[in-house]
Amino acid sequence: MQNFIKRFNRYKYPYMFIAPALVLLLTFSIIPIIIALVISFTNIDLAGLANYSNIEAVGFDNFMNVFKDPVFLKSMFNTMFYVIIGVPLVVMLAMGAALLLNYGTGWLFKTFRVVYYMPSITNIVAVAVVWGYLYNSHYGLFNHMLSWFGIPAQQWLNDPTLAKLSLILLAVWKSIGLNMIIFLAALQGIPRSYYEAAEIDGASKWKKLLYITVPLLSFATFFVTITTLIGWIQFFEEPLVMTKGGPLNSTMSMALFIYNNGFQLSNFGYAAAGSFVLFFIIIVVTIAQFAVKKKDVEY
Amino acid sequence: MAAKRIEKTVMTVLLIAGGLLMMIPFIWMITSSFKPENEFTAVPPTLLPKEFTMKNYVDLFTKLDFMVYLKNTLIIVFWSFVGLFLNALAGYAFAKFEFPGNKKLFYLVLATMMIPGQVTMIPVYLLINAMGLTNTMAGIVLPGLVGAFGIFLFRQFMSTIPTDLIEASRLDGAGELRIFFRLIVPITKPVFAVQGILAFIGAWNSFLWPLIMANDQKLYTLSVGLQLLKGQHGSDFGLQMAGAAFMVVPIIIVFSFFQKHIIEGYTISGMK
Repeated sequence: MQNFIKRFNRYKYPYMFIAPALVLLLTFSIIPIIIALVISFTNIDLAGLANYSNIEAVGFDNFMNVFKDPVFLKSMFNTMFYVIIGVPLVVMLAMGAALLLNYGTGWLFKTFRVVYYMPSITNIVAVAVVWGYLYNSHYGLFNHMLSWFGIPAQQWLNDPTLAKLSLILLAVWKSIGLNMIIFLAALQGIPRSYYEAAEIDGASKWKKLLYITVPLLSFATFFVTITTLIGWIQFFEEPLVMTKGGPLNSTMSMALFIYNNGFQLSNFGYAAAGSFVLFFIIIVVTIAQFAVKKKDVEY
Repeated sequence: MAAKRIEKTVMTVLLIAGGLLMMIPFIWMITSSFKPENEFTAVPPTLLPKEFTMKNYVDLFTKLDFMVYLKNTLIIVFWSFVGLFLNALAGYAFAKFEFPGNKKLFYLVLATMMIPGQVTMIPVYLLINAMGLTNTMAGIVLPGLVGAFGIFLFRQFMSTIPTDLIEASRLDGAGELRIFFRLIVPITKPVFAVQGILAFIGAWNSFLWPLIMANDQKLYTLSVGLQLLKGQHGSDFGLQMAGAAFMVVPIIIVFSFFQKHIIEGYTISGMK
């Protein structure tokens, strides 16, 4: 015992310093994942929340039912749709914007950094309010702009397929900035001597871009791709604030399905099961990404 | 030389065109927020208001409770700065102290970064409910107070501080807390700047957790209030645009002032 006190006294400061952060992380990150795992095998709902004796173990029922739920299957399809179209767009546009901004050093280029970054720090509800107005089928700016070219007004948020694309457009606009910064940081880390050597060999601009810049950005590209991919598998806030998953669940994402089941319908156990399916998909996709990356040539 | 000039012009034009496209929603939001309500149904829509009015902004505070929402948002901002110091303290201990479990606990912290929000959302709600903290400011603030990413950044930066410096202060008889506040914090000012701005932006924009936690309008933040406004005054575009502008403009101003630090901050964290 005395030994223990002595040891504790020796290390009391570091333990005191990490204690608040560690206790909070344990309570709100580590313990919840255990709770989630436990309740995903129960039928906990509002009645169960009021009195824990109403909670019953249901084995794998939640997991079986979730795969029979047409809304969940639809949300899986929609999420795939978001990821397949959105992720490549974000990666390419963020890289393109970074290349453009890295081209010059004048005040104009510095100012436009802020402009390209601004959507990333803008509140999602404010974004929804403004884009909702832009997408408005009667008074919206987008339909007005289409009319200049003689294109009829579109139901941006009411057509099942177009609504998904409208949400992607908004989300791409919002996520270019942050990823662009990562590319910019990587671009500025490429030694000038590589380009000088290529110039002596008479390489053209395009050749330099294709054979020096893009390959040397491969780590940044990998990082941006994987974080964007994980982010888009959890696509959530955009449909929540813009469409609430409608029309007819056509913009429902997996994350929104979990939220709706948890907080609108209070099927906590069922929602927790859905969240583990989502977690599993994220893990598999991440591992697959790293496996593909390993085959890459190292520069 | 002529080719170079053409290239530069093309790049500049592309840059400006792309920037304008990114700016459309912002421009539209700001100019529209000064329009009187009848101009919103005008066809064709005009960029600038024909009749300039501040009424929409006044209504936010007189007809709606935006003052209350602003106060709550600022309380959350305050707590996010407290959380920032807790992150810094933990990062400092992980970086500069030897103690049993240092490595293992740090990996545990990092592991929490990989848990998706959707998995913890429901159990955290159940936990807060069991603690009786639903519909309280504590329930809104506590779950997001500290974060693994913040601890990680502070640790990375603080491990570059020479240990001799800390030892010297100890020999001079300074207490550990005094060393932290008088020596460590001033040295790591740049990280505090970046983290501070990011904490401010995050807290100002906080939406989902206050939405889940607050049943009472007295606890609504600006973004939850704006969501309510969007639902209740769906056709009142002027009010909506003013509300959105009121949320977005302060962030843009703060960001423009400190943008150099933020962008450098990402570079620091990316390189190390």
